[in-house]
Amino acid sequence: MSKITINIDGKEVQTQEGEFILNAARANDIFIPAICYLTRCSPTLACRVCLVEADGKQVYSCNAKSKDGMVITTKTENIEKERRAIMEVYDVNHPLQCGVCDQSGECELQNYTLEMGVDTQSYSVKDVDRSSHDWGHIHYNSGLCIVCERCVTTCKDMIGDNSLKTIPRGADALEAEFKETMPKDAYAMWNKLNKSVIGLTNGTDTLDCTSCGECASVCPVGALVDTHFIYKSNAWELSQVPATCGHCSAGCQISYDVKQTSISDPSDKIYRVMNEWNYVSLCGAGRYGFDYENKVESKDAVAFASAIEAFKKADTIEFTSTITNEEAYLLQTLKEKHGFKLINNEAKSFQTFLKDYSEISGTTLYGSDLKTTMNSNFVISLGTALKSDNPNARYSLNNSMTVNKGAGLYFHPLQDPIIEGLGKSIMSVKHAPLQEEAALYLILDLFADKEKLPAKVSDYLATFHSEKTITVEETIKEKVVEIVKEMKVNVETGEEEEVEVEKSKMVPKKISKEVVVDDNALLSIVGADDNFMETLEKNLKKKDSFTMMVGPDLYNHPNSKNIARLVALVEKCSDIELTMIPTLTNSLGVALICELDEEAGEYSVGYNTKGDFTLSALGDGDLDMPAINQQEGTLTSVNKRVNPTNAALEYKGYELNDIANELGMDAQNVIDYTISLPTKVGFKAQAFDNLPNHYENDGSEVRGYLLDNVEVEISVNQDVEAFSEDKLEGTLIYLANPVRQFTDFTNKATNLDEIAGLYMSEEFLSASELNEGDSVRVKSNRGEIVVNIVSDNKIAGNIAVLPTFDSKINSEALFDGYRFATASIEKE
Amino acid sequence: MKNEQFNNRDVSNEYFMVDIQDYPTEPWDKFKRTLKRTFRIELFVGLWVVMREMIRFDIHTVSYPEEKMPIGPRYRAVHEMKRLWESDAERCIGCGLCEKICISNCIRMETKVDENSRKEVSEYTINLGRCIFCGYCAEVCPELAITHGGEYENASEQREHFVDYAAMLTPLDKMKAGAQQEFEGFGAITPHEDESVKKTPLSY
Repeated sequence: MSKITINIDGKEVQTQEGEFILNAARANDIFIPAICYLTRCSPTLACRVCLVEADGKQVYSCNAKSKDGMVITTKTENIEKERRAIMEVYDVNHPLQCGVCDQSGECELQNYTLEMGVDTQSYSVKDVDRSSHDWGHIHYNSGLCIVCERCVTTCKDMIGDNSLKTIPRGADALEAEFKETMPKDAYAMWNKLNKSVIGLTNGTDTLDCTSCGECASVCPVGALVDTHFIYKSNAWELSQVPATCGHCSAGCQISYDVKQTSISDPSDKIYRVMNEWNYVSLCGAGRYGFDYENKVESKDAVAFASAIEAFKKADTIEFTSTITNEEAYLLQTLKEKHGFKLINNEAKSFQTFLKDYSEISGTTLYGSDLKTTMNSNFVISLGTALKSDNPNARYSLNNSMTVNKGAGLYFHPLQDPIIEGLGKSIMSVKHAPLQEEAALYLILDLFADKEKLPAKVSDYLATFHSEKTITVEETIKEKVVEIVKEMKVNVETGEEEEVEVEKSKMVPKKISKEVVVDDNALLSIVGADDNFMETLEKNLKKKDSFTMMVGPDLYNHPNSKNIARLVALVEKCSDIELTMIPTLTNSLGVALICELDEEAGEYSVGYNTKGDFTLSALGDGDLDMPAINQQEGTLTSVNKRVNPTNAALEYKGYELNDIANELGMDAQNVIDYTISLPTKVGFKAQAFDNLPNHYENDGSEVRGYLLDNVEVEISVNQDVEAFSEDKLEGTLIYLANPVRQFTDFTNKATNLDEIAGLYMSEEFLSASELNEGDSVRVKSNRGEIVVNIVSDNKIAGNIAVLPTFDSKINSEALFDGYRFATASIEKE
Repeated sequence: MKNEQFNNRDVSNEYFMVDIQDYPTEPWDKFKRTLKRTFRIELFVGLWVVMREMIRFDIHTVSYPEEKMPIGPRYRAVHEMKRLWESDAERCIGCGLCEKICISNCIRMETKVDENSRKEVSEYTINLGRCIFCGYCAEVCPELAITHGGEYENASEQREHFVDYAAMLTPLDKMKAGAQQEFEGFGAITPHEDESVKKTPLSY
C-alpha cells in the first residue's frame, strides 16, 4: 500500500492506494452522506446516497477504491437529484410519530431528510403489515425500519453471529411508471428496499446469539431498540460520561448515558451504554452490564476505623484485577512502606508468563494488539476460550476473516459452535488439554523460518516428519474412440441411409496412484483432521499478514515457563505477530505495577475477594468500596493502552485512597497517582486530566497512551524443552464463563441474566443420563462442589464448563491452577 | 458602530432635554422643599376622589376574593393537560419536548412502556416555584396536550410548589360533560390551517 493523492471537491487529500473514497473523505473532514456503510465492515450498497462522481463517472464512494490522481466531485446536479429522491423513498410510509420513537432525534433518517431538503413527497406504495417483534433483548419495529442492513452487516462482518438477515416483505410491486420517471439509483434502491425487511436466521422469533446488542446500536432509526431501554428516556435528556469498560481486558471505549433516577430521586442513574460503533464494537457485558455500582448512602466511620485496624494488623493484601492502575500502584506503595504481601494469583501467573516470555523475546510485552489482528488475514488462536475470555478478540478474528478474506486456526480442547460458525475458513483443532506445547510446536513447524529457529528446535521438529506412501485417487480424462451408426442423407441418391462414423470423446476415469508424501506426526498428536494440510494450504493462499492470540489457558499451564518461551520463539522466528489476552480487566496493569507474592501471610485484607477483613465494591464486604463505574482512573488493556475511565455515578463512601491516606500516604484523589505510574515498565508520566478519550474521524484511537514496550536483557539460556506427553482424559471440566459474564460485577447487573451452573452441551447431555436443572456433585482431586446443570448451546463436545462469575459456586476449588481438570459428575 | 462614535453621535434632532432642577444642597433649601411638599393640597385632592367614589357606591374595583375577573382565553396561568374529544384518552404522548424546551427547567417527566407496548407517561411534574409561565411548553406541544389554564391562584407556603399529572389532567366528569375548554393561546392552531398543508400521496 502506498500513499497517493486524490482530489475531492478541489481539496488535495493524501490517502492509501485502494482506500475507499468515503473513508478517505471522512478522514479529511469532507462530508459525503452515507447511511448503510459501517467503517471496518464490507460495503453493503443498500442506501446509495454516497454517490459521487469520480473522474467523470458516477460511483458509490463506499466501495470505490481511490487511485492516484483521481478527481472526485461529491455533489453534482444529478447526484443531488438522486439523493433527494432516495430520501423521499425512505420517507414513504415511514411513521410520523417521531415523538414516541426511542431514537428521539438521534435519527439519521431525520437528519438526511432535512439535509437533502425533502419537503414534499412524490412517491407512494401500498404498505404491508409491518408490526413489531419482541426478539428478546432486542425489540424490532419493522414499521420504522429503512432496511439499510447495517444490523445485518455488523452481525456478519464484525460480531460473527450471523443472526440477522433480510427476509421477504411481501409488498406489492412498484408502479411501472416510477421506473421511467424516477432517478435511476433511487428506483433501484427502492425496488430492493420494497422487497425486504429484517428477520432472524434461526427461523424463530427470538434471538439466540451472543447478545451483544451491536445491531441496536448501529440502527440509524428507532427500528432496533434494546428492550430494557424502550421508552425509558429521550436521548437528549441523557448526559454522556466517557469511560472505559471495566469488565474485560479489551478496554473498549464506552459512554455511560446518565440522568436523574426519577422525579423524586435526583441522584444519577445509568440508563444505557453507547459506543462509537464505527470504531469499537461492544459485547453484551459492556453494553448491558452497567448497573453494578455499589450504592452507599454515607461514610461508615465505624467500618472505616475497623478497616484501618485490620490494615495495621494484616500482613497480606489479597485482591483481584478489577482495579485501576492507580489502585494497583497504591497497593504496591503500601507494600513498599508497610511490607504487605500482595496476593493475586491470576495476575501473578500472567506476570510470570510475561517474564518467561521476555527472557527469549527481549521485550517486556508482546508485540501486537487486537487492531493488528483485525487487519491481518491469518489469525491463530491458542489457549483461550476466545468468545468469552475477550469478545473483542473474537470480533477481530471474525472481521479479519470476513472483511480481509482471511482464515484462522483455532486451537482449543473445547468445541465452540460460535467460533466454528464464523466461517468456513476457520479451522478448529481440538487438541487434548495439556497439549498446548505440542500445538505450539506445530505452529513453529508450519510457520517458523527454519533458518531462524535454534538448531535444536528445528532438529526436534524434523523428528516428527517422515515420508509415507499413500494411494490417492485421481480423476483423469481419457480419450475414447467409438464407432456409432448414424442416419445420413446420401447426397447422390437423396435417400436416407445408415453410415458408420468414428467419433472420439473425453471420458473421465478414476485411477489410483501411489505418491510419497510428507507425514507430520505432530498433526495427529494435536488431533488435527486427516485433510488438515490440504485445507491449510488452500487457506494460506494469498495470505500475507499473520497474527496469533494466546490466552489464559497458557498462563496457568503446569509447563507455562516452556510455553512462554515457545510463544516468544513463534513471534521471533516467524512472521506471526503476537497478542496475549490478559485474564481479567486490568491483569496487565497489575502484572506490570505490582510485585506479587506467592504465599499469603496470616492475616489478610481482601479487596473484592474474601479476606479476614474484606473491602468490597460488591457491597458484601466489611467496608464498601466504589465499583469501576464510580471511579476515576486508568485501566491497561490488551492493546497495551492505558485508557482513562471516569466516574459515571457518585460514590458517597470511603475508597482505597482514604485508607492509604490514613496509612501515611497523601493524595487528595487516587488519580493524583496517574503521573507516578512506573515508567521503567512502560507507563508514561502523564497526569490523568491530560489523557484524551476519543476516536478521530479517520478511526485513529486517541485514548490515554500506549505503553512503551521496554527492552530487557535476553536470557543466556535460549533452550526450549520438548513437549510433555501428559494429557487429561476422562470426564473433563473447564473453567470459563458464558459470553457476557466475567466477574461478580457482571453477575450483579440486572440486564445480564445468565444462570450460573455446570454448563453442558446438548450433545453431552443427551449422551448422559443427566438433564437440565439436575443438581450434580462435581468432584475433582482438589475438591468437590454441588451445582445445577445448565444446558448450553454455545458449546459442543464432551467437556463441561464451570463459570467464575458467580462466587457462590466456588468453581476454582476444583482446579489446580490450569483451566482444565478431570472430574466426576454425579447426580445428587 | 464603534463605542466612541456611538457616544459622540449627534442627537439634537431626536431628543429634547428635560429641565430637571438640581437637587438642593443647602440645609435651608432642603427645608423649604420639605415644607412645600408637605402643605401642597394634592394630598387632599386624592383623598376627595376616594371619598366621592365611596359615597357613590359605584365602585369599579373587583371585590376579590369574593368576586373574580374573567380571564382572557390566552392568559398563561397554571398548566392543564387536555384529553382527546374522541376517546377521553390523554393527549400527552410523552414526547418530552416540553421538558426539553422549558427554559427554567421546571418540567420533569418519566415514561415507560405500557401493556399495549405504547409509550405511557408514568410521572409528570411542573415546579411552579420555578416556572416563569412563558408558554413555550404549550407552544411546542405537538398534541395540544399541555396548555395554560386560567387558574392563577397558586400561593404556597413553600417556594417549591409542584403540580403533577393527575392534578393537571381534565377530570373525566368534566370531560363527559363536554366542558373541557380549548386553549387559544400559544400553540393553538389557527383556523383553516389544514388548507395550507400539502397532502402526501397515498397508494390506497
